[in-house]
Amino acid sequence: MTAMKQSVVRSRALAKRRSVLLAGCVAAVVATATACGGGATNTNSKDGFNQVPQKNGALTVWVDSTRLAAAKLYQKLHPDVKLNIVTYDGDANGSNYLQTKVQLFNRTGKGWPDVVFSSQNNEVTWAVDANFAAPLNKGLVPAETLGKFAEGANDVCTVGGTAYCLRNDLSQAVLWYNAPLMKEFGYTVPTTWEEYQQLGEKVATEHPGYLVGDAGDSFTPEIYLWAGKCGANHITGAKSVSVNTTSAECTKMAELMDVLIKKKSMSISGVFSTDFGKNKADKVLMMPGPSWYGGALFKGTFKTPAKQIAAAPIPQWSGEASPSTGNVGGGTWLLSQHSEHVKAATDFITWVTTSDAYQGKVAPGFPAYAPAAETWLKQQNASGYFAGDINVLKDASTQVWPGWGSGQFSQEAIWAATVKPGLTQGKTIVSLLPAWQDSIVKYAQSNGYKVSQ
Amino acid sequence: MTVTHSPVSSVRRRSQGARRQRRAGTAFVAAYVVLLIAFGVVPTAYAVYFAFSNAQGAFTGFDNFVTTMQDFRFVPALGHVGLYLLFWLVSLVVIVVGLALMLHRLASGGAGKALRFLFYIPGALAGAASVLVWLFVLDPTVSPVSSLLGALGYNTFGEVIAPGHLPLLFTIIAFWTGAGGWIVVIYGALNNIPKDVMEAARIDGAGAWQTAWRVQIPMLRKWIVYMVILAFAGGAQLFVEPQLLSLASVGVAGRDYSLNQLSYDFAFQMNNINGAAAVSVELLVVSLSAAALFVARSGFFDAE
Repeated sequence: MTAMKQSVVRSRALAKRRSVLLAGCVAAVVATATACGGGATNTNSKDGFNQVPQKNGALTVWVDSTRLAAAKLYQKLHPDVKLNIVTYDGDANGSNYLQTKVQLFNRTGKGWPDVVFSSQNNEVTWAVDANFAAPLNKGLVPAETLGKFAEGANDVCTVGGTAYCLRNDLSQAVLWYNAPLMKEFGYTVPTTWEEYQQLGEKVATEHPGYLVGDAGDSFTPEIYLWAGKCGANHITGAKSVSVNTTSAECTKMAELMDVLIKKKSMSISGVFSTDFGKNKADKVLMMPGPSWYGGALFKGTFKTPAKQIAAAPIPQWSGEASPSTGNVGGGTWLLSQHSEHVKAATDFITWVTTSDAYQGKVAPGFPAYAPAAETWLKQQNASGYFAGDINVLKDASTQVWPGWGSGQFSQEAIWAATVKPGLTQGKTIVSLLPAWQDSIVKYAQSNGYKVSQ
Repeated sequence: MTVTHSPVSSVRRRSQGARRQRRAGTAFVAAYVVLLIAFGVVPTAYAVYFAFSNAQGAFTGFDNFVTTMQDFRFVPALGHVGLYLLFWLVSLVVIVVGLALMLHRLASGGAGKALRFLFYIPGALAGAASVLVWLFVLDPTVSPVSSLLGALGYNTFGEVIAPGHLPLLFTIIAFWTGAGGWIVVIYGALNNIPKDVMEAARIDGAGAWQTAWRVQIPMLRKWIVYMVILAFAGGAQLFVEPQLLSLASVGVAGRDYSLNQLSYDFAFQMNNINGAAAVSVELLVVSLSAAALFVARSGFFDAE
């Protein structure tokens, strides 16, 4: 009751102050047009951005349900920090919840979270223009700390040399497989895509029903086509992209997938679909996929028993000089420019991305911060869930092909709407590549990108 | 003043009653007017202002309309909504009127009451919740009617929500959630048809079919027009069904499907509130024009 009354009084006072401010601005416009932007008064330029007056009070942190554990652990280890933890969908599947809310907060001039987690890699493409994300390498986070992130991990956070977010985890793709099942069938793990395809065809005839992969998810192109160096999504500048989905690299990988889809050793349901969970989860022989498949998919969703799942490097085309792989997501943490608790927020965002306590020992995904990743791997290997160690993830973390970027438009959404329905109708991926190209170009252009094809 | 001092008490009483009634009427209307202004007129005016200005608030004429119409998603979205409206309005008019007439025939027995209740139940669920129910029904792996879906040749969710099926699916969902209320309304209207008219028709030898076609439906005309106007306005704003479907199918079907979704995308994904307002103003103009056409052609406001 009193709290409500207080807030009413406060908002009234604020409204009054704002109207005075507005009147002042109107008068000032005649003379000069400076300092009349919302909240531009009383700010203090520090750490590379204008900071609002700092206050004591609760730090508001937005996390998805998976990262709730991180915020709770931070609270436990820092009992004197007042935390206001809010869970949201984490922008999963490109839901754009965060962007929607920030646009509304920008209009109302209040409500921004201090620190926010997003499961997407492309938040800075709008969060910088929206004056939401604060620069982190201009004084807030020391260069020494930033230098210990895996090479290229923070590329998705960087605009014109300034880092606007910190990477939570890497999602480099590897080849997951069921070790005892491979042994039972008498197969060896393929190292080239050619071997992979042959084995896939062999499985189709010798053990029908078993799967060597899935092509039904919205992130399917990020596993196969990204690893195959298909230039569908080469972000070449802040607002420019090069798109070529019908190159030899794209077609070669698409043909491989088409063969296996036709033979039914590659499913098209999507690993998180109800259909896959019910009918196919125990038929997985091999599965190219990101680092988080191990914990989130096999252990969490499929409940595959321990000592079965193992990881191998993702196959390469024979004759390729340097190994390359794809990447599926990997979250980012952003700090708000509007924060009234920049110091506390910086402490939180640094801890949550770099601490062994969370990233090394609790986090489900492969940490982007290299020292934490070491701990994480040790922890995973010692957990006894996997058959053998999964140290291949470490090599894969530096082999992500850099020719695939994170634009403002969602590649996953485009693939889902353009290619997936065709696949369901029995069309081949190769035949859908031109339509995919067309759709990417249209979405890129409508988001203001300059497209070269 | 003079009236209150009038010596004739009955006149005084009557005029007092009339005044009280007038006052009550004004009070009721005032409450509505306040809500209408706060949640109807002001937001509409705000949207119109946005639609004709840019982010800096400068007047831009029809620029926002031109930009949004040139977006590659605009024409397909227009086609989707048009097709959906056709399916939805035709099925609404035919089936709702048919079911209401049937209910009216059955009215004497308990079956009529039970059916009336049954028809109305889905309407009691809130909009988004009833769409969620359908997301389960349409997924063969979890659907209670999966054998039916299987018999139609659909074994995965992806096959059920193929792009060509969407207008039909949205119509079924909308019908299931919205038609019950209309059946009750039309049924009520049927009860208002004077008994002597019905009796005259019967004495003249009209059967059930003839009575329905020549007496009941013509007398329901205004109610049907009323239903069509509201259903048109609601259908043109199609949003919840495709939006939830796109979330459930992880973007496979239903993204950027309707004009309202496009407006939402403009506002929140492309940071173009003004473009979003332009699309919403277009929707308003189309719905108002359609309503005006129906009202004019049906003599909606003619006295009986």
